[in-house]
Amino acid sequence: MKPAPTHAAAAEEFLKDSERSHWHDETLWHVRSKRDVSAQRIPEWEQLRTLASQIKDHVLSNLDNLLLQFEKNAQANGIEVLWAKDAQEHNDHVLRILEENQVRQLVKSKSILTEECGLNHFLEDKGYDVVDTDLGERIIQFNKQVPSHIVMPAIHLKKKEIGDIFHKHLGTEAGADDPKYLTEAARQHLRQKFIQAHAAITGVNFGIAETGGFVVCTNEGNADMGTHLADIHIACMGIEKLIPRAADLGVYLRLLARSATGQSITNYTSHFHRPRKGKKMYLILVDNGRTKQLGREDFRNSLKCIRCGACMNTCPIYRRSSGFSYNSTVPGPIGSILSPGMDLNKHSTLPFASTLCGSCSDVCPVKINIHEQLYKWRQVITKEGPPQTSKRWAMRFGGQVMSKPRLFDLMGKMARKSLSISPRGFVYNSFNAWGKHRELPEVPKETFKDWYRTNRNDDK
Amino acid sequence: MTSKESILAAIQANKPALLPLPEQPEFPYDSNLTEQYRQSLSLNGGEAREAKSLKEVTNHLQEHFRNSQMIVSLSEKVAGNFDVNMADDPHELEHAEVAILEGEWGVAENAAIWLPEEKLHHRALPFIAQHLIVLLKKDRLLGNMHEVYARINVEGSGYGVFIAGPSKTADIEQSLVIGAHGPRSMTVFLLD
Ligand code: SF4
Repeated sequence: MKPAPTHAAAAEEFLKDSERSHWHDETLWHVRSKRDVSAQRIPEWEQLRTLASQIKDHVLSNLDNLLLQFEKNAQANGIEVLWAKDAQEHNDHVLRILEENQVRQLVKSKSILTEECGLNHFLEDKGYDVVDTDLGERIIQFNKQVPSHIVMPAIHLKKKEIGDIFHKHLGTEAGADDPKYLTEAARQHLRQKFIQAHAAITGVNFGIAETGGFVVCTNEGNADMGTHLADIHIACMGIEKLIPRAADLGVYLRLLARSATGQSITNYTSHFHRPRKGKKMYLILVDNGRTKQLGREDFRNSLKCIRCGACMNTCPIYRRSSGFSYNSTVPGPIGSILSPGMDLNKHSTLPFASTLCGSCSDVCPVKINIHEQLYKWRQVITKEGPPQTSKRWAMRFGGQVMSKPRLFDLMGKMARKSLSISPRGFVYNSFNAWGKHRELPEVPKETFKDWYRTNRNDDK
Repeated sequence: MTSKESILAAIQANKPALLPLPEQPEFPYDSNLTEQYRQSLSLNGGEAREAKSLKEVTNHLQEHFRNSQMIVSLSEKVAGNFDVNMADDPHELEHAEVAILEGEWGVAENAAIWLPEEKLHHRALPFIAQHLIVLLKKDRLLGNMHEVYARINVEGSGYGVFIAGPSKTADIEQSLVIGAHGPRSMTVFLLD
């Protein structure tokens, strides 16, 4: 099998289009700024983050009992609960439900879990036409792409490209790229799909153990349009999405949308507890590697994630390299600590796609120590993973030099001398991974040590 | 071993020692609820109006929806022109132009209105209609989400939803567009 491209190589592709990458960077930073404004409006913001983190601590430490409680209550509500240990079993459950109910037309709202399980491809291979109804997801589905961001799936595309995609698939006017016009075209197209659908698939934002129901958040209302018109509702939920009590939603809903886009709440927050009269509701509980991650003490609390996307919007690497460069269902900082747990070899470069600045941990509404986990994955990968060739020798050499003060002084002197007289090609070449797209600062005349010696004497 | 058993066994083997579940917090909210509600809804793309009497609601309907063929009102106080009981199936609401509903609670901090199934008749109604009007008594306004969850019983209804604005999207270059799939407007009348 061809190895997945490294993060750096994939990022380089994205950076070739400098206008797009610049726009991407600025746009996500704008979203991050809106998050700040919104968070600052809540005096107890930090307390809420702590609570959200502690509630999830409890959930992870009591997950088996809470899942049993959840299942029992959901069944009493008339929801059929299914368990899936991996992606394949999840997909098989969905297929069986569709076959049993003779479903031909189905609509789907946003679910990162079904993306993780490759559900669309699986069903398409079986002859189903799966219609994604979130506008961003419909766009990338037409374009045969996967989401590049968990909240803004089509953030890598410009409106002109979306205009072209819609022209091809929906017959909008050639060259038309007004977001309002394009959204209206999608509305008309998807309305027909909603009206015709027999089954609706949704994700789950929160499962409530105490009541046996679940909550789905959208701004478009597409999850609701789908489920309230179709006969069958299939909800797909990762086992970590559980919360103990309905009242805990008060904490999470105040944090989620504010962290995601700066909104105070999504315009629709739907609580499902029982199917409509005469209709059916299924809920699939999926493990797919989550119980393994639970056993990794250092990485366990990555399972607290409520998928707000804030860590992506704030990340200087994500903003400049885009979601595709991560080559993983969940990109960005959180993806870089979740994905190595699923496939260490495939995702071995992700924990290095970070400056370890810690901004992700600062904005995370459930207080995951993302940057510390990135650092810990690096240690695991350096020991067990595939070799990181270009930086490895430099690191080893650097380690030697820095452990010997005399040698360090000497090398510093030599570097200051040689860098100032070296030809460019000598410094910026393929052996120097740090020299790409970056300029070295001007070489100082003296070291800090020298400067300090002189200036301290002057003070006397 | 079934998948359920193997998942539960893996959790038991891998979970950390039990950590306590924190108490639910109370965060008091002291702000002018009506004014705050109005601002919050406006930020979400909707509009809140203080109404002295129901006359203002009927005037609004006259002004904006005089020619509408299908106004579905679930409020006894305001007349529509389509009896929801005539629709056995939600698909029959496909051409609903306006839905008028009575909210149970409103949240000032984020404009969310709690609508349990009993207030919707068909779950699809507030989504499929082109425009949404909600009537809410001012004394049903609360500060924040903690206060509302302390008062509602989510599993009491088979379905319940917080609606905090019209259907919207920003999926094309982050430009906000109102009216993605559901209502193109949401107007809330705050009644004395
Ligand atoms: S890790 Fe935290 S910031 Fe990132 S998506 Fe998850 S909850 Fe949001």
